[in-house]
Amino acid sequence: MSNGKHGAFLLEGVRKFGSSAIFLFQLLLQCIPALGRPRLVVAQIYNAGARSLIIIMLAGLFVGMVLGLQGFTLLQRFGSEEALGSAAAIGLLKELGPVMTALLFAGRAGTALTSEIGLMRATDQLVAMEIMAVDPLRYVAAPRFIGGVVAMPLLAAIFNLVGLFGAQLVGVQLMGVDKGAFWSQMQGSVELHDVNEGIVKSLVFGVACSLIAVNEGYHAAPTAAGVGLATTRTVVASSVLTLLLDYVLTAAFL
Amino acid sequence: MTNPEAAQSTSSAADDVVVAVRDVHYAVDGRPIFAGVDLRVRRGRITAIMGPSGTGKTTLLKLITAQIQADRGQVQVFGKDLGRLGGSEIYAVRKRMGMLFQNGALLTDLSVFENVAFPVREHTDLPETLLRMLVLAKLQAVGLRGAADLMPSELSGGMARRVALARAIVMDPEILIYDEPFVGLDPISLGVILRLIKQMNTALGITSIVVSHDVHELATIADDSYLLSDGRVVAGGSPQELAQSDRPEVHQFMTGSAEGPVRFHYPAGDYTAQLLALEER
Repeated sequence: MSNGKHGAFLLEGVRKFGSSAIFLFQLLLQCIPALGRPRLVVAQIYNAGARSLIIIMLAGLFVGMVLGLQGFTLLQRFGSEEALGSAAAIGLLKELGPVMTALLFAGRAGTALTSEIGLMRATDQLVAMEIMAVDPLRYVAAPRFIGGVVAMPLLAAIFNLVGLFGAQLVGVQLMGVDKGAFWSQMQGSVELHDVNEGIVKSLVFGVACSLIAVNEGYHAAPTAAGVGLATTRTVVASSVLTLLLDYVLTAAFL
Repeated sequence: MTNPEAAQSTSSAADDVVVAVRDVHYAVDGRPIFAGVDLRVRRGRITAIMGPSGTGKTTLLKLITAQIQADRGQVQVFGKDLGRLGGSEIYAVRKRMGMLFQNGALLTDLSVFENVAFPVREHTDLPETLLRMLVLAKLQAVGLRGAADLMPSELSGGMARRVALARAIVMDPEILIYDEPFVGLDPISLGVILRLIKQMNTALGITSIVVSHDVHELATIADDSYLLSDGRVVAGGSPQELAQSDRPEVHQFMTGSAEGPVRFHYPAGDYTAQLLALEER
């Protein structure tokens, strides 16, 4: 790549980051009046949250079961299978819960948000609102953004809960780890600090993933290809940003 | 010394103009769409804006509704220069306008009733009973009171446009803008829409701007008309005056002829030469 291309790529990146930041600022301004419309916000929490429940619970169960199996075989080498409870809990609360939830959220709720808003743009619904003197940022974008931000930590909590159940199912019921040891080790080693880290992470991921989904949909080219492309970008950008932010936040919490 | 009578008549003529587009230039990616467009829309009249596809008719509507800004020149609506207005002032102007989109642009997650009620709920605190009465009256006016509970996906193209019309008039706008209202309609729906446009104008006194290239339909309802071509207004007057015009570009458009100053072919090199070149390969 020539220097010129590097420069253009960098400029495009900076421009994209800047326009996203401006969009976030405008969106946050509109969130205040949008909060005064609880009916709209609740509908969006339902859309982003309740409708993602099945995939989140299924994924949580299997991730927990794998964690139980892998954790057991690893810990058995050191003769400390009883530590499985705390290993699974810390792994889920601090990392797997928030990150997996965010990745699944991007695929399930993020894409739905982007394509819905993108299609509203393509079918002139957003322009029609503007002509009716209704700000689509306030009516369409802000409630969906709030819905995503509220839903993410709740989904992560449910993911953790089901994940722990899965780890327990394999570790205790299948592999025969002592039930009392499993739960007491977990109780003894998990601290509030660990729980907080998970909550902060999922809140940050909630803001990032919802912002990307709403922003991509809102600025999608008003064509079939444009909406498709925006939906793909939502998944890619949300996934990469989630993993990048995860590293930054983990380092910050150390 | 000024003549008071003349001054008065000028000022009343100025009051009469609700939309004034003056020497507007507009370009997209360096490609000029408008190069000095001038037109006036007078209160209480139906003004038709006609022109071949791709002459920027829809762009002109975007300028009038302040969705985009002119590069040069002035767009005045209700005497206010749109280029100088801030966000809330633009919304205030828009509250006095209604617009009918080509595809209806109904909100797909709301029922027909809620679509028509949408602007009322957003801008007023009307009690539910009054709101129902208002919305049903507007739906009755477009003949779709019985479809109040349907969803937009259950409507035909013509019905969707009528619901959109009910929504456009629910706040009693002073100006109603129609973007290609006749496209893709069967003859019955077309007749209905045509009659409704006329009715809205005569019964409610709404100033109407109709953008379309359906010359014959427009001729039956329009009071004034403008013909856009190559980024300018090439003719203005009553539809009858335009029909009788002997200017080649006006004549070609009004008679729908392929021969004339507006070319049928997109600019291209010599056809025979291109075919021969292919053969030589």
